[in-house]
Amino acid sequence: MKALINKLVETAGPSGYEAQIRQTIRALIEPWADELSVDNLGNLIARFGNPSPQGRNIMLAAHMDEIGIVATHIDARGFIRFIPVGGLRPQSLPGGRVRFLSGVVGVIGIEQKPPEGGAPKFADLFIDVGASRKEDCPIKVGDFAVMERDFIDLGERLVAKAMDDRIGVAILIETLRRLKEGRMAIPHQVYFVFSAQEEVGLRGATTAAFGINPELGLAIDVTSCGDTPKGPRMAVELGKGPAIKVRDQGMIADARLVSWMVATAERIGVDYQMEVLEHGGTDAHAIQLTRAGVPAGCLSIPCRYIHTPSEMVDLRDVRQAVELLLALLSTTVEL
Amino acid sequence: MNQQPSLEYPPPKIGQRQLRLLARLCQACAVSGDEGEVRAIVLEQIRPLADKVWVDAIGNVLAIREGRGQPRLRVMLAAHMDEVGFMLTSDEGKGFYRFEVVGGVDVSHLPGKAVYIGRDHIPGVIGTKPVHLVKGDELRQRIPLESLRIDVGPSNDKRVKIGDRATFATPFTRLGPSLRAKALDDRLGVAALIELFRHAPANIDLLAAFTVQEEVGLRGAKVAAYALEPHLAIVLDSTPANDLPSWDAPRCFSPSDFRENARYNTRLGAGPAIYVADYATLSDPRLVRLFIETAESHRLPYQIRQPGGGGTDAGAIHKQREGIPSVSVSTPTRYLHTAASLARLEDWSNLIALVHAVLCALSPQVLSVER
Repeated sequence: MKALINKLVETAGPSGYEAQIRQTIRALIEPWADELSVDNLGNLIARFGNPSPQGRNIMLAAHMDEIGIVATHIDARGFIRFIPVGGLRPQSLPGGRVRFLSGVVGVIGIEQKPPEGGAPKFADLFIDVGASRKEDCPIKVGDFAVMERDFIDLGERLVAKAMDDRIGVAILIETLRRLKEGRMAIPHQVYFVFSAQEEVGLRGATTAAFGINPELGLAIDVTSCGDTPKGPRMAVELGKGPAIKVRDQGMIADARLVSWMVATAERIGVDYQMEVLEHGGTDAHAIQLTRAGVPAGCLSIPCRYIHTPSEMVDLRDVRQAVELLLALLSTTVEL
Repeated sequence: MNQQPSLEYPPPKIGQRQLRLLARLCQACAVSGDEGEVRAIVLEQIRPLADKVWVDAIGNVLAIREGRGQPRLRVMLAAHMDEVGFMLTSDEGKGFYRFEVVGGVDVSHLPGKAVYIGRDHIPGVIGTKPVHLVKGDELRQRIPLESLRIDVGPSNDKRVKIGDRATFATPFTRLGPSLRAKALDDRLGVAALIELFRHAPANIDLLAAFTVQEEVGLRGAKVAAYALEPHLAIVLDSTPANDLPSWDAPRCFSPSDFRENARYNTRLGAGPAIYVADYATLSDPRLVRLFIETAESHRLPYQIRQPGGGGTDAGAIHKQREGIPSVSVSTPTRYLHTAASLARLEDWSNLIALVHAVLCALSPQVLSVER
């Protein structure tokens, strides 16, 4: 899966401008999906399987967009001012690099401030693409960019920008491949949704869920870890298995789905941990509140340094998430 | 029978008649939740033109003007009727009323402003202590909303009541090339939408939504978009122009450091402002492209609104049902949400010309490529 993850994290897909990553994903899954479509907001939706009396219409969502920036001003000397798209923190940016969708790469500089200046704000930062005049700057107001950072293979642990949520995308792709190539018979009709605009407010999942009208929804997304020095107080650790979400800021997971996921993990013997996230939310929040309401839950991948250009996951968690997902899709669920 | 309908539709012309209508709209009192006065003007203007017009459960005016020929896009054009203002909350006798602000109003703007209250435009004033009586550092202190009252006088207190809305009592005025008024946000959009509806090209079905409660959270647009089910939506609004000298620029550290206003949002006189990203919406890139290409091919001025905060009805519209491709375009306006905002007449007429040209250029092919 490393090659797949590498390819996914190095493709650009800032929220609202997911065309490149969507094309990459589509090329990968085209042989395995029963039906592919792209909706009005740019969600890529792959259907697999057919309805059966015991089965459900299931929506699985992993968002393909990533946090990024958008240019707001080009000054007379060619420096670009910008704002974040999604939950970036300014302190993680100075010295970093960004890549615009046109391919132009720039470095992020920071204004010199008096010593008592405090933490940087976005207004203190700028991007330098090597232009010395506004007229020579190849970037226009409104152009989008993502972080530029290489994928690093540390053995079982992998580091890259955009692990949030390309790791979920990779899990869905691998799950779909195994279903198809393993000729697995499943009772459900499953919609694999590679959703758009999650980082700016779960917007893609909102409209995708309306269109699919599922009976059950699961998001596959990253979650924070409490296992770093002075890290957040949280009982999730890297490498201890995928996390079954109980609640986050936007959703209380459907208790029946939590039980289904726990029982299935126990039955097939994969590691798992329970996740209680204080802040943040996932596409499951949008799915749960669609139309007349949808039972929803979330399978999370523990991830360190979320929303920085170096997000770290453990491949063992990823592999076990695929096994768990395959087992879940192979069993019926009582609702 | 084979004759294709002409795609050449005359654009609206902006003259005295349109300005008189804009002035009437600006001077109406239509604070969020009580939009009746503007709604009555809109209905009067739209009814003779529409194939179908109705007022929905929340108070939006929805109107359809059908085109001819096939296939046609269903295009939603939205502008909000409501404005920011005040609501009387407590009668303290002798014509004094406590009040709350409705929508985004900076309380520091309020002391000393003339207002009018309710559907009968009862005059009043937000009182403040005269400078003669101010002592010491009182001048430097912000006056909290709790200390402010609307004073309508003892004889008028029978004519207003708790729950009534109030607005700034600013007359609509021409200032050379500019317009000064209250509530240009978004009567500029409402008046533009009326003109565009009047001159709707026949290659589309035009679905007009004159929305309510935008200023308190895009509420009217949400249900309007659900009901209209358009193929795409264009929102007509007003957006701040902060194109003033950057007085508050940081002190220069070196000769190469210079003062440049990097946060103007938009600039007066630079044409209608096309949105790429605000807090509530990432505009559909296909529609942004169409707007830019149309402006360039028609030699109409335009500017890209600086990506940033704020939101328009598009924030609610684009998330309805299975998603509605949406974009916003605004008239740049200085001093928005204050007693007197200022816009350039040519920006407004160019906005109308640009949106009209875009409507004429719309065909299903625009959406046949993926976002």
